[in-house]
Parts: sequence; C-alpha cells; structure tokens
Amino acid sequence: MGAHASDTPAPAILAEVNPAAVPRPVLVAHHRDFHWITEKICGLVEGKTPVWWWWCFGAAAFVASFTVAGLTYLVSTGVGVWGHANPVNWAWDIVNFVFWIGIGHAGTLISAILCLLRQKWRTSINRPAEAMTIFAVVCAAIFPVFHVGRIWFAVLPGWLFPFPNSNGIWQNFRSPLEWDVFAVSTYGTVSVLFWYIGLIPDLGTLRDRFTSAGNVFKARIYGFFAMGWRGSNRQWSNYEMAYLILAGVSTPLVLSVHTIVSFDFAVSLIPGWHTTIFPPYFVAGAIFSGFGMVLTLMLPLRAIYRLDDLITQYHIDCMCKIILATGTMVGYAYSMEFFIAWYGANPYEGFAFINRAFGHYAWAYWIMISCNVITPQFFWFKAVRQNTTLVWILCLFVNVGMWFERFVIIVTSLARDFLPSSWGYYSPSVVEIFTFFGTFGVFSVLFLLFIRFVPIMPMSEIKMVIPAADPHGSSKH
Amino acid sequence: MNQNYGIIAAFDTTPELYHACEKVRDAGYSQWDALTPFPVHGLDAAMGMRRSNVPRFSLAGGLTGFCTGMGFIAWLGLSEYPLIVGGKPMFSPMFAFPVSYELTILFTAFATIFGMFFLNQLPMHYHPVMKAPQFVRAMDDRFYIVIEANDPKFNATAIRDLLAKAGGKDIVELES
Repeated sequence: MGAHASDTPAPAILAEVNPAAVPRPVLVAHHRDFHWITEKICGLVEGKTPVWWWWCFGAAAFVASFTVAGLTYLVSTGVGVWGHANPVNWAWDIVNFVFWIGIGHAGTLISAILCLLRQKWRTSINRPAEAMTIFAVVCAAIFPVFHVGRIWFAVLPGWLFPFPNSNGIWQNFRSPLEWDVFAVSTYGTVSVLFWYIGLIPDLGTLRDRFTSAGNVFKARIYGFFAMGWRGSNRQWSNYEMAYLILAGVSTPLVLSVHTIVSFDFAVSLIPGWHTTIFPPYFVAGAIFSGFGMVLTLMLPLRAIYRLDDLITQYHIDCMCKIILATGTMVGYAYSMEFFIAWYGANPYEGFAFINRAFGHYAWAYWIMISCNVITPQFFWFKAVRQNTTLVWILCLFVNVGMWFERFVIIVTSLARDFLPSSWGYYSPSVVEIFTFFGTFGVFSVLFLLFIRFVPIMPMSEIKMVIPAADPHGSSKH
Repeated sequence: MNQNYGIIAAFDTTPELYHACEKVRDAGYSQWDALTPFPVHGLDAAMGMRRSNVPRFSLAGGLTGFCTGMGFIAWLGLSEYPLIVGGKPMFSPMFAFPVSYELTILFTAFATIFGMFFLNQLPMHYHPVMKAPQFVRAMDDRFYIVIEANDPKFNATAIRDLLAKAGGKDIVELES
C-alpha cells in the first residue's frame, strides 16, 4: 500500500516539542499473547456444547415458534388477523420493522464507521455486533414480507420486489416504500458479505486446527468457507484493501438505510411525520438502540465465556458513552420536534405533538421519554459504567424505549390526523403480539447458533492490536 | 526442474519477520511470500509490493450499479410503461437517486469481494504450503517466509544462508 507512515523517519520537530506520552488503554488485558487469543476463541467452537446452551436454545426455539404460529395463521387467514383498521393502517408491523432494523445499525457502525475512524477497540466486539446486525435484519424483514399477506405475491406480481403485475404495471419508483425495499435488501446483503469477509481468516485458522486434530469432517466444512485462505501477505494486501472499501461503502449505506426508512414517514403529509428532522433523528435513534442491544448481548456473553480480557472495562465505557451521546441527540430531537411544531404555527402539527404528550397514548410517550432521555444520562457516571449489572439493566430500558419511540411516532400520528370524524384508537391483536414476541426467539436462535459454530471474535484483528503485533516495537507509534 | 516448491523459514516475532522481508526484498527475489496470522503493519512496503488493485474493481462495480439504477428507472418511466403518478414527471434523477445510490453500494460490495477473490486466486483449497506440518501455526502465532523454487534467482544454498542470517528458524524445503 505504498509508503507507510511507519517507514519514514520521525519528523525532526518531535525532538523539539517533546510531546507527552499519552497513555493508551490496553485493548487486551493481562498481556495475552497471540496463541492465547487463538486458544480462547477457537476453544469456544471446538469444545463440547455446554449444557446451558441447550437450555437457552430450547427456550429460544420455543419462543420462536410463536412467530411461526403467528405467521402461519396470518398467511392462511389474511392480514385482517392483525389489529390494523382505519385510520391506523400502519401499526405494529412497521413499528417492529423499524425497531429491528434500527438495532442492526450499531453492528454496521462498529464494523464500518469505527473502522474508518481507526477506533481499535472495535476489534473484539465487531464480529458479534455484525452477527447481531444480520439477525436483526432477518427479524425486520419478516414484517414487510408478511404484511402483504400472500407472501408469494411479494416477488412475482411485485408487491415488494421490482417485477410487473399482470397488467404490466411496475412499482412506483417515486415512492419511499419502494426505495426502502432496495435499502433494506442492500443492507442485508452487504452486511452478510462484510461479515463473511471478516470471517475468512478465522475460518482458515479453525480449518487448520481441525485438520491437525484429525477431524476431517469439520476441517472440510470450515475449509470450504475459508476458501483456501493461507495468510499470505500478498493476499492480506488485497484483503485489507477490500475490507477498507467495504467499510467505506457500508458507512454511507448504514446512514442511508435509516434515512430512507424515515422517508417512509417524512415524505407523507401526516402531521407528526412530515418533518425534515427525521433522517438524522432516526439514524441517531437507530445507533442508540443498536448499542443498547450490543451491550445486552455482550455483557452476558462476556460473563459466561469469561471474556474479560478481550472485552475490557474500556470497551464497556466506550459503548456506554456512545449510548449517552446518541441518547442525548435523540432527546434533543424530541424537544426540537416540539419547538418546530410550535414555531411552525401549523395547527395540525401543534395538535399532533400536544396529543402525543397528553392524549390517549400519553402513557406510551412518557415511557419513551423516560427510557430514551433519562436512562442514558446515568452513563455520565463512571461508577454506573463500571457496574455491569446496572449497565445491562439500563440497556434493557433503552431497548424498550426505542420500541416505544416508533410506536409513538407511527400510531399517535395516524390515530389523530386531520379530521376528528376519522379518529380512532389502535390496539394490537393477539396474533400481532405473538408474532412480535416470537421474533426475539428467532433472533436468539440465530445468535446462539452463531456463538456455537462461528468464532465469536475476529482473532486476526485482535492479534493486530496487541503490542507484539507491531513490527517496530510497541513504543514507537 | 526443481521438484520442490520452495524453502520456508519461521520467525517468532513481527520485527524479525519485518527485517527479514526487507533483506529478501533487497536480495532481489520476486517469487516469494510471507505467511502471517494477521496483516502485519507496513509489511507490504518491506516486501516491496505495489498498492492493491482491488479499488479498480470497486470503481467499476459502483459505476455499473449507479447506471443500472438510473437506466432501469428511466427505461421504466419513459419507455416500458409511462404512467403518470401524482402529476410527477415520468423520469427525474431526483426520485431515481435513492435506488441508484443503494445499487451503487450493492454492486461496489460485490465487485470488491469478487475482485479480491480474483486477485488472490481464491478459492484455492490446495496449496503446497498447506501440506507443511508447521503451517498450522502460520494461522496462529508464527510468521513464515517462503521463497519459491520457480524464482529466477533460486539457489537453495544461498537462500538458506540468507534466511538463517535474517533470523529464520526451522528452515526446510517444501514439497510441491
């Protein structure tokens, strides 16, 4: 990659100004070496399946069966089994869709944006966070695909994907809903590609370990996906470049996905939706909820697998601070929406916001405010960030709050639009509740399979950030 | 013809590998490689390698994606089935932009990955270095230099000497 900074002599000015040595937090505690990292992470895949895993897997599969049952009933009966009715024709389905897709955003933020910003602490959390992204997109995709009722129509008469219907009419490409199909399917595809590219060197390591242990079957399977990776530096050079470019394209991608999701609302004329603040506000909210979910998953994983040396207190601090920053941005967006509703002097817009805070759905609004605006403020305090149990509980509140945010935006605006004669009140049906509840099981099943069969942390990347990896001695840069 | 694939030497630390690579580069070899469990910072320069060509594939992919999006939507609105919706124009790059933007990213990602596979000649499930018993540590915690027998300057004695002087251990010939 041309001349590296490390190959040029240090500038002469350094001797003159004599910069202070800034202490860098260690990213792998207890001076662990390369071999320890390999043993630790490969050991999780190679070891016997733990008993707790089977219990969790059984419970998750049971919960997931609620989604299967709910969707089967939906497809066999019709979309009327969901609680939508005039005027609230969009409700839990799109709430759940936006909720899950938002969660995915933290994974891409960690793998792409923090990679471009050279945040080395991302290395030990990026693989599980990317896996979380993929599984969250799977859960999100359930809702738009199944809301068409007869799901086979999603493709061929083109109720979602770009194919003409029987009259030869195509989708309306002026509609943000069609943009959303492209945004979400691109997001899912690129997330899988990015995740897989990161996995290749680690799968190579597992292949070689299974080969030398004499387990031909597993060596074949891992070897197939490792593509014959052999760690050659001539390959690493292209690999690093490809990884950088993928990070470069995933960054505008992740920002565009939630921007386009927010267009679903912002491009309409409904009071409470028709605002220009939506794209940045949705992106901040997505990252906020995603980091909440990352910590919700990572803290138990760290405790069960004793990964304290790899996910250090420093990592938790960084994630809590991102939650604090994005949560505060979301709080700012809530207040700015109110301000503009007043300042814009549009009576419908003003009413929509008064109604959110004090109308029929005020309970949802105040759950949202307390979870999303107040909860993250605790992360100002170091003592809170160092108490992992407390961090985990606060993150659960973040997850709940972000679901309610989407509920408040979508349902309150539709239930009280322009004409009082067309007002209504929406409650979910039991089928909707089961379907949504079950998606947590779908997500957990996928995540449990991931932590059982895939190296949960990128070994090659973690090895890169320990001091022994530096060919110039760790003190130089 | 030499029946061996080449000569492999092991190194325990990254600075040793780095300086050994500089020596092999300066000795003028061309058909050689370093095997490392992770990308070592600055090793490309120490091996005298050029910048990767992957970005060319990415650029081609991105341009194709953008043109596909714009072209497809223009074809739909202007030629395949012109349909007035909400009094809006039949085609405008404004409303075609989000879809074209996503397709730019999608095609760039695929082109980048397939470009990387193509340049790295992957998948390649068999390679002579994989047969070596020490290879398992190349993906774990040890670093290797392999100089291939088809290098025009290949001379087994000189190479063994060079690698040993550079700090290489366990220097052996690899079967092809």
